[in-house]
Amino acid sequence: MTGYTGKSIRIDLSEGVWDIFETPPELCEKFIGGRGFGVALIREHITKPFDSEEMPIIFASGPLVGTSAPTSGRLSVVSRSPLTSTVFDSSVGGRFATELKRAGFDMLIVSGLSGEWVTIDIQDNNISIKDARPLHGRNVEETATILGDDGSTAIIGRAGERGVRFASIVFDGHYVAGRGGLGAVMGAKRLKAIKIRGTGEVKVADPVALKKAREEIMRLLRASPAVFGEFGLSEFGTAALVDLIHARRMEPTENFRKSVFPQSGQYSGYSMKTAYHTRKKGCRGCPILCKKVGRAGEIMPEFETVSHFGALNGNSDLHSIVEANRLCNDYGLDTITAASTIACYSEFSGRRLSPEELLRHVVLIGERQGIGDALSEGSRRFAESEGVPELSMTVKGLELPAYDPRGAYGMALAYVTSNRGGCHLRAYPISYEILRKPVAVDRFSFEGKARMVKISEDINTVIDSLTACKFVFFAASLEEYAKAVNAVTAREYDVQSLVRAGERTWLLERHLNTLNGFSRKDDNLPERFFREAGYSDGNVTIPPIRRKDFDDALDRYYRIRGYDKEGRVTEEDERTD
Amino acid sequence: MTKKGELQRKMKELIDKYTDKLVSQGLASGSEILFLAIDEEIYSNTHSDLQFISLQALKEVFGLMNINSLLFAVPEEPRRSIIRALLRHGLSELPDYRAIVPEDCETRTFFHDIPVIASPEPQKIAHILSERKSAVVETGTAIVSYGTISPEQAFISYSSACFSTFVKYFHDHLMYLETCKKNDLKPDRERIDGFDRIKAFLYPQQAGLEDTGSLHPLLQGPPEDEDKVYSMMVEAGKRLVTERLVDSFFGNISCSFNGKIYISETAASLDELEGCIDAVPVDGSSSVGITSSSEFATHRAIYRSTPFRFILHGHPKFSVIMSMHCLKECPLRGECYKACPEKRYVCGVPVVPGEVGTGPTGMVRTVPKAFMESDAAIVYGHGIFTAGGEDFNRPFQRMKKIEENCEKEYFRIVDGLIQEISAC
Repeated sequence: MTGYTGKSIRIDLSEGVWDIFETPPELCEKFIGGRGFGVALIREHITKPFDSEEMPIIFASGPLVGTSAPTSGRLSVVSRSPLTSTVFDSSVGGRFATELKRAGFDMLIVSGLSGEWVTIDIQDNNISIKDARPLHGRNVEETATILGDDGSTAIIGRAGERGVRFASIVFDGHYVAGRGGLGAVMGAKRLKAIKIRGTGEVKVADPVALKKAREEIMRLLRASPAVFGEFGLSEFGTAALVDLIHARRMEPTENFRKSVFPQSGQYSGYSMKTAYHTRKKGCRGCPILCKKVGRAGEIMPEFETVSHFGALNGNSDLHSIVEANRLCNDYGLDTITAASTIACYSEFSGRRLSPEELLRHVVLIGERQGIGDALSEGSRRFAESEGVPELSMTVKGLELPAYDPRGAYGMALAYVTSNRGGCHLRAYPISYEILRKPVAVDRFSFEGKARMVKISEDINTVIDSLTACKFVFFAASLEEYAKAVNAVTAREYDVQSLVRAGERTWLLERHLNTLNGFSRKDDNLPERFFREAGYSDGNVTIPPIRRKDFDDALDRYYRIRGYDKEGRVTEEDERTD
Repeated sequence: MTKKGELQRKMKELIDKYTDKLVSQGLASGSEILFLAIDEEIYSNTHSDLQFISLQALKEVFGLMNINSLLFAVPEEPRRSIIRALLRHGLSELPDYRAIVPEDCETRTFFHDIPVIASPEPQKIAHILSERKSAVVETGTAIVSYGTISPEQAFISYSSACFSTFVKYFHDHLMYLETCKKNDLKPDRERIDGFDRIKAFLYPQQAGLEDTGSLHPLLQGPPEDEDKVYSMMVEAGKRLVTERLVDSFFGNISCSFNGKIYISETAASLDELEGCIDAVPVDGSSSVGITSSSEFATHRAIYRSTPFRFILHGHPKFSVIMSMHCLKECPLRGECYKACPEKRYVCGVPVVPGEVGTGPTGMVRTVPKAFMESDAAIVYGHGIFTAGGEDFNRPFQRMKKIEENCEKEYFRIVDGLIQEISAC
């Protein structure tokens, strides 16, 4: 079986034991890898609390990891979210997945609760659980320095140790498995870090065919303005989107009270590049190199981070945004939720925070001190505890990213249908509503969006299962990746069979959420978006979304998906097997 | 109107829009098009004379594929005869996979090849479209394509298949005659007759076109304000399409004005540029141009190194075909589109290699250099750039004239080869 090592590791931290088991071939065929693996394997545990002994956290690679297929070195981390209580996967770059495969494993599954703080150390077949008490209380950067840079690391900072519900896991110093609080799942297990090194090779069934598929993908990438264009991701990172989203007047501002921030040019991709003299960096084997690093080694924030520590908090100070990003990475905090929760607090308290106050609140959250303790629960729990739930800009408890749903109706629908809560990446309708790929569609209409969102969700799910990067799909498609995965695995996937694997995983996620009580009531946007306009001038108007149009689109989506009227997928639905 | 009725109307509008485009661009006749789209239910055009495929059979494809739209149509002549000829002489065949491999650079980049299936059973269509964006169906000589997001994708894939088969057929035929001449071979009578029939389809169409000089002039420049720039670009884009100097959404257009480059957005149909033009600061201080044409860098490089202020980029077919006509023995044969080291000219216009975009072999590295000596350049197997200083009139006339010259030159060479071969 090429493309897979055929072996995975299961570690029980309660007992301090591990075993190596065969990666089920049927799992590979049906769920491909990455997100699909994790979702399929968490099925029997999903109703347990995130911090229970039985709840696993799964680190899963994909069949293309360790091969020359472009942008395919990613990893999926899957568990139940402390923030949303949904099944939760996070796709992350860096070297971890490659080292895992080279060590000879497709997956690492960690369950149980350790009595003391530990690290897991894997060097090829040598697996050990080590005392991490000397690391306890240290943030990511310091811990990474101690662990050394040979191989790859996955680390939680103090936020994860202290159970911040949106704590992240930081890989190789600055690649983040963020959003849903999987760092807090590691923290609950008292698992401070994982270090992994592998020396093996990943076998490819047909290297010539893989080379051809790679060449096709690379030609498409080079032809893509969004990726390799003058203003694309390779040049400016995801911050390239700041100017565009501003121009489309859908820039979440002051906790989504407005949708344009006049000063956003001060933290645009161009401004960052000019101020910090950035250079390119990226995941192993990636030609895009979307990560930007300043001359002094500063990690430049992603689009979502600059926009939310910027416009969402009414802050135009670039240096404070870069510093907020550094603090979040060091504490191991999700930047979107941290910034959005602070913006919620800011609206609640009735005053805009200064750049210095913003930074102080990030630290307070990471330390769970003062007001930071309440904010570390995320904006939904905070707003509910204060009696103002309407101030939390979340779906299923997950803070919305930096695309105002009033400015792109497919995005509005996709926020609510997302299985992990308010996430832009599940369907990413921005691709066609704003970036014009593969073709442009009317962003202010729900017509046709139900099926568009459904298809995009299935495609993006299998992309996460292949553990490929979504950015490459601004240029290439599953047509080219089917060739790559077939060359690696000697299987015979085509676009539709891959999409069906994505659909299978999606429906299973929905079913797991149904088991935990999620239904139509959770598929909703904050009321603000139905009542308040975002922006208006002579050229562009961002009106409130018409509730009836939104509800009709959601009804259509349910019928197209085959959900019941309450949006549920039942145990009997064979499409999840 | 009910919500369902409104949705049905919008879907129908989209289908009608792209059906009309197929007809107006000479890609299919209205009675030989089946266009279907689905949201919750399937919608389709209702009038079709196609006897060998039923609407019901195509509806079944939606049950087999996760798609939004499906287009099945028989290309208008001469494209139908061209595809028939390629099925006889132009197929790349593997044991279980037959395909037409395009020769032009852009179609190869985005579509790789166009597979062929014998007959239009739903299972076969779904299977082949799971591997490629469009396919040729031998029964009825049809093309089938699909969209995942919008019917526009199905239209684009169909249109690209028509363009690339046209270019491939005429280029293949020219190279066939050259091979016959070189090897003292008598050409296959059937191929020669077939070519004459296709040529006969072509010329009535050409005869109907006005001369360049008699066309209504485009808006005069230079523009006094931004509004004029937009108007000039919208008009010029439409003209490129109506004069068939560009197919579907390929091609782009720009103007340099007051410190900004106004350029058509990526994937914009040139005949629908209203609201699809990016205004990009020349100094790079805004990345709003992330949605601009993939050739933005080439346009900017031309503006930086020349006095030109207006650029058109189209894909006229005979210019593309003639750019690939080269008989030189060369170790780089097969990589001409990106690595041709020769200084070549077609009809006096420089021909340069270059791939789409900004990569190491991208046309941004070759086209601007050609503009140091000319107001036009042909990119090998791809298309033409033309430029002007005052408005779009000069670049448009130049592109049209170059295409006319290339077409004449093509048939002059073909006629000469046939005479030479016949005399042997």
